[in-house]
Amino acid sequence: MDLFNHLALGFGVALTPVNLLYALIGALVGTLIGVLPGIGPVATIAMLLPTTYALQPVSALIMLAGIYYGAQYGGSTTSILLNMPGETSSAVTCLDGYQMARQGQAGAALAIAALGSFFAGCVATVFVATVAIPLSELALKFGPAEYCSLMILGLIGAVVLAHGSLLKAIAMVVLGLLLGLVGTDVNSGAARFAFGVPELIDGLGIVSVAMGLFGFAEILTNLESTEVRELITAKIGGLWLTKQQFKEAWPAVLRGTGIGSILGLLPGGGAMLASFGSYALEKKIAKDPSRFGKGAIQGVAGPESANNAGAQTSFIPLLTLGIPENAVMALMVGAMTIHNIQPGPQVMTSNPGLFWGLVVSMWVGNLMLVVLNLPLIGIWIKLLKVPYRVLYPAILLFCAIGVYSINNTSFDVSQTAVFGALGLLFVKLECEPAPLLLGFVLGPMMEENLRRAMLLSRGDPTVFFTRPISLGMLIAAAALLLLIVAPNFRKKREEAFAEGET
Amino acid sequence: MAFIRHPKDFFAGLLFVAFGLAAVIIGSNYSLGTAARMGPGYFPRILGILLLVLGVALSLRALKIKGEPLPRWYWRPTLIVLGSVVAFGLLVNYIGLAIATVGLVFGSSAASHEFRPKEALISGILLAVLAVGVFIFGLNLQLPIWPWSN
Repeated sequence: MDLFNHLALGFGVALTPVNLLYALIGALVGTLIGVLPGIGPVATIAMLLPTTYALQPVSALIMLAGIYYGAQYGGSTTSILLNMPGETSSAVTCLDGYQMARQGQAGAALAIAALGSFFAGCVATVFVATVAIPLSELALKFGPAEYCSLMILGLIGAVVLAHGSLLKAIAMVVLGLLLGLVGTDVNSGAARFAFGVPELIDGLGIVSVAMGLFGFAEILTNLESTEVRELITAKIGGLWLTKQQFKEAWPAVLRGTGIGSILGLLPGGGAMLASFGSYALEKKIAKDPSRFGKGAIQGVAGPESANNAGAQTSFIPLLTLGIPENAVMALMVGAMTIHNIQPGPQVMTSNPGLFWGLVVSMWVGNLMLVVLNLPLIGIWIKLLKVPYRVLYPAILLFCAIGVYSINNTSFDVSQTAVFGALGLLFVKLECEPAPLLLGFVLGPMMEENLRRAMLLSRGDPTVFFTRPISLGMLIAAAALLLLIVAPNFRKKREEAFAEGET
Repeated sequence: MAFIRHPKDFFAGLLFVAFGLAAVIIGSNYSLGTAARMGPGYFPRILGILLLVLGVALSLRALKIKGEPLPRWYWRPTLIVLGSVVAFGLLVNYIGLAIATVGLVFGSSAASHEFRPKEALISGILLAVLAVGVFIFGLNLQLPIWPWSN
């Protein structure tokens, strides 16, 4: 079967010593930074993106992917030991993981998180490989009108499934699209919104935007709180599961893998949605739901498997359709563009080594995480004892050097600082930055496809409604919007009424 | 300002209005073209107007529904952190990576409420050694180490 040939090709690429090394570095660095509180995967990838510029494209993507699931993995460690999610996707792991740790079962919680993640990683890798071919064949049939509608659907989906105010999130997407247009217009050569600044002619840098909005803003927010975090001093316990625990956990791992793989595919989905979805499911079907929140092993096994599966399957829309569905994937687009790879269905045919190498490296990376991290947990814990006042200047330093090194210009550093300030403002105003980053990446692509679609239809905008696939996607987008607007609208009205009465 | 019932949404709306207006006004310098042959001004105009409408809607809605007050803005850490990063970027090519690193680490450490000068200085020196080792010797970054190494 074809699949095996493809996977064999992938193994050939992923198992070269160089790529193994970068997968290892990625996984280790990702875990390292994932363990550190207050710096999420988006900021981590943005921070390390410049270091991959000099690498081969495959190695760069393999390393970045390694960073992504390493960060997931590190996040679950802090959730369990510290009750402090390194990443939002491991927030639910805190609920039961930390309770297990308090009962002296930290080792078991860490072990099931690792094993569940690994199992989910294996399944998700196969899933990616099987779904990718038909999806990209479908995508190759898409014309510019379909692409435009697909991007709208993707952006709406990302907004609907994200938390927070819908109106604000849509506005953030539009603002992101606008920011994406800064720089030279490919069609006319006109420099837009560049204010005569030569550095802006090439557009705003994705690293600056992401690092500022996510990294700097996070640091600035953390500096405001005066809380002192406490480290669990209890013993980790044996890093193995009892037979009873194993029996309780494995169905949850299976379910988590399934739900995570599916939710990871959705726009706006990925690891976070997957882990929340899985936790809700586990709690719903449990014989005794009251155990959840008090150290139920299913509450760790399910979400941890799910977030890893989701993290991997969220690559599918990017690799097959060229559409990033969350902020991490938006950065992957940035990474691919830097290496002159246009993400989309053609990657698989024009660059099969890269495609399958990346897919297989996901599995390799997961294996490395299990093999390396369980024994290394002691080191990660020591790292947690470094106080934040020492940590954040170091993070700032690596950000500053990284962003400076992209073009060797101080302009990029200042630009990042500006986005840092803007990011903090967004935090204060409760505007989620992830939709902005998605819009930022999709801005030029959307304009290009809109132009081509309209050119082909000779200026007739009904082309988006007369082509069936395009129409279907627009209907889906509208349905998603209605879905969220309806109950929200009712709730808000009720709130207004309730206030009116008092 | 009692009529603003949801300050976060209200000011977010104003922010979007400002960006939308800027896009429309600045974008009016670019040729629009036609729907079939869009000029560089076409898509920015659509987005600018859309953002403007969304911002106005958000602000107007903020007069009706109630929300939390604006959180405090802590100027000190913001200015210290961003200031030391910008200064690093501007100076690193002149004073070299070693001194710029110590400056950035020490300077930005001062933003923390538990700032310890001695510790920050030591951490700065250690990180300078690490940064020079990793970025200049390891990754071959084109940066001077010292002010005189240019």
